[in-house]
Amino acid sequence: MDRNYFPVLILLGFVVANAVMMLALSHFTLRAHPTPEKQVPYESGIPPLGDARERFSVKFYMVAMLFIVFDIETVFMIPWGVYFRQLSCSVPLVNGACPPAQIQFFGLGEMLVFMVILLVGYVYVWKKGALQWD
Amino acid sequence: MIHLALQPLMQVADSQLPPTEGVFLIGTVVKMLIVFTVYMVGVAMLTLAERKISAWIQDRHGPNRVGYGWLQPAADGVKNIMKEETYPDAANLPLFILAPAISFIPAMITWAVIPFASPLPTPWGRIDMVVADLPVGFLFCLAISSLGVYGIVLAGWSSNNKYALLGGLRASAQMISYEIAMGMATVCVLLLSGNVSLSTIIQQQSTMGWNVFLLSIAFFIFLIAAFAETNRLPFDMPEAESELIAGYHTEYSAMKFSLFFIAEYANMVTASALITSLFFGGWDIPFTQWDNLPPFTVLKTVLTLGAFLTKVLFFLFFFMWIRWTLPRFRYDQLMSLGWKIMLPMALAYITIIGTVVLALDRAGIARGPTYGAIMFGMNVVLVVLLFVVLDRGRIVSPAYSRLDREEVARLRDISSGKSTLAEKNA
Repeated sequence: MDRNYFPVLILLGFVVANAVMMLALSHFTLRAHPTPEKQVPYESGIPPLGDARERFSVKFYMVAMLFIVFDIETVFMIPWGVYFRQLSCSVPLVNGACPPAQIQFFGLGEMLVFMVILLVGYVYVWKKGALQWD
Repeated sequence: MIHLALQPLMQVADSQLPPTEGVFLIGTVVKMLIVFTVYMVGVAMLTLAERKISAWIQDRHGPNRVGYGWLQPAADGVKNIMKEETYPDAANLPLFILAPAISFIPAMITWAVIPFASPLPTPWGRIDMVVADLPVGFLFCLAISSLGVYGIVLAGWSSNNKYALLGGLRASAQMISYEIAMGMATVCVLLLSGNVSLSTIIQQQSTMGWNVFLLSIAFFIFLIAAFAETNRLPFDMPEAESELIAGYHTEYSAMKFSLFFIAEYANMVTASALITSLFFGGWDIPFTQWDNLPPFTVLKTVLTLGAFLTKVLFFLFFFMWIRWTLPRFRYDQLMSLGWKIMLPMALAYITIIGTVVLALDRAGIARGPTYGAIMFGMNVVLVVLLFVVLDRGRIVSPAYSRLDREEVARLRDISSGKSTLAEKNA
C-alpha cells in the first residue's frame, strides 16, 4: 500500500460516491411535470432566437493557446524553483545549505536566458494585439 | 470479525512514530470522514455566513425566520432535494447531468493535501493531521482545482442556453488566465522552501517568518488569482447576475444546482486554506517555536488547529468583505489585468527573489529570522515602489483616481450640492 497516494484514492471513491448519491437522491424524489414552456432555454422571457451553439469569439481560442504556452513555462519553472539551491551551488549541498563561497550564478542565469526568450514571444503577442480584448 | 478489524488498534506503539499500516488506514478514513463532514457542514454554514455578513454590511437583517436564521442552510438543502428538475430542450443530457459532478468532485478532493494541525500523538502511533501527505504537495491542489473548469464549460455548453454558454466560456478563459499568475506566485515560495510539500513550506515559515512578509507581492498575486479562480467578486464574470442571469448554471435546478453551489464554496475554503498554508504559516502559531518542535502533544494539535481555523476563517470573511467592497470588473479589464499586469509582475518578482536569495546566501546569512527580516525590508521597498511610484493608484484604488483632478473636484461639487446638474452638463 502506498501511504502517499492511497488516501487520495479512498477520498476520490468517497467523493464520487457522494456526488452520484446526491444526483440520484434528487432524481428519485423529483416530481417531473415537464411542459413545453418549461423546457425552453431561458432567454429573459422571450422565445429563444436560434441555437446557442453558434460560433463565438475567436478570442477565447486565443486565450487557450496563449495559456498553453505560458502554463508550460510555469510547469518548467516549478522544478527549477525546487532545485534552485542546488543549481546555484557549485558543490553538492551540505545539510541542505551551500557554503557561501560556492554560490554560483548558474541557476538564475539559465532561468534568465529562458525568460528573455519567453519575453520576446510575449512582446510579439502583445504587439500583435492578442492580449487586447475588445 | 470485529476482533480482526480492531486488531490494529490493540497494538500499542510509540506515540511519536508513524503507525502501522492498519492504524494508518483507519486513521486516514476517520480523518477523511471528519474533514468531509466539516467541509459539507462548513459550506452550508458559509452560505448562511455570506448572507448574514452581506446583511450586516448593507445594514439589513438577513435570514432570520427559519430557526432565527440558523436553520436556513438546512431548509435550503431540503428544498433543493425536493425541487423539480428541469431539462431544457436540446440540452446534451449526459453532459448536462455529468457537469455538476465534474465540478463537485475536484472541489472536494483538493483539500486532501492541506495540513490542518501539528501531528497528533495517539497510543497507536503518530497521526499526521493531513488526509494525504503527497510528495507533490500543493501542485496537487493546483492540478486538481484546474479540473473544475471542465465542469463549468460543460455545464455552459450542454445547457444550450446563450447565457450559460457565455458564462462557461468566460469562466474558462478567466480561470486559465489567472492560473498562470497563480502558478508563478508559487514559484517564489519554492525558491525559499525548496520543496513543494506543504508541511515543509509551513516548517520553513516557522523559522524564517511568514511568507506574506517575505514574499508580499507573490502573496498579492496569489490572492488576486485566487479570487479569479474561485469566480468571486470582483471577478465573478462567469455568473454576473446583471449580465448573464446566473451564467453557466442558468438552466440548472434542484440538487444539480446545489452541487455547483457547494463546489463554489468548497473552492473558496480550499483557496483560503491554501493562502493560509503558503503565505500565513499554515497551522503555525505566530511568535513561538514551541508548536513546531517535537515532542508532539494533544494540546499542540488542538492549539495549532485553532490557529489554522482562525486564519482560514479570516480569509473566508475577507472573500465576503471584498464582495461588498469592490464593484465587478469589466471583462476586458479582467483579461488585461491577468495578462498584461500580473504575468509580467510575477516574472519580474521571481527574478528579484532569485537574485536576493542568491545574494543573501552568498553573504553567508543563515536561513533564519535575520534572513527573513532582510527579505521583509526588501519587500517593503518593493511594495512602496509598486503601489506608490509605478502604479500611482490606477489599479488598486477607487475609480475616481483614474479621473483627472478637475473632474473629481467638479463631481464632488455636484454631489455636495454646490453645483447643479445643469452646470455639470454645460
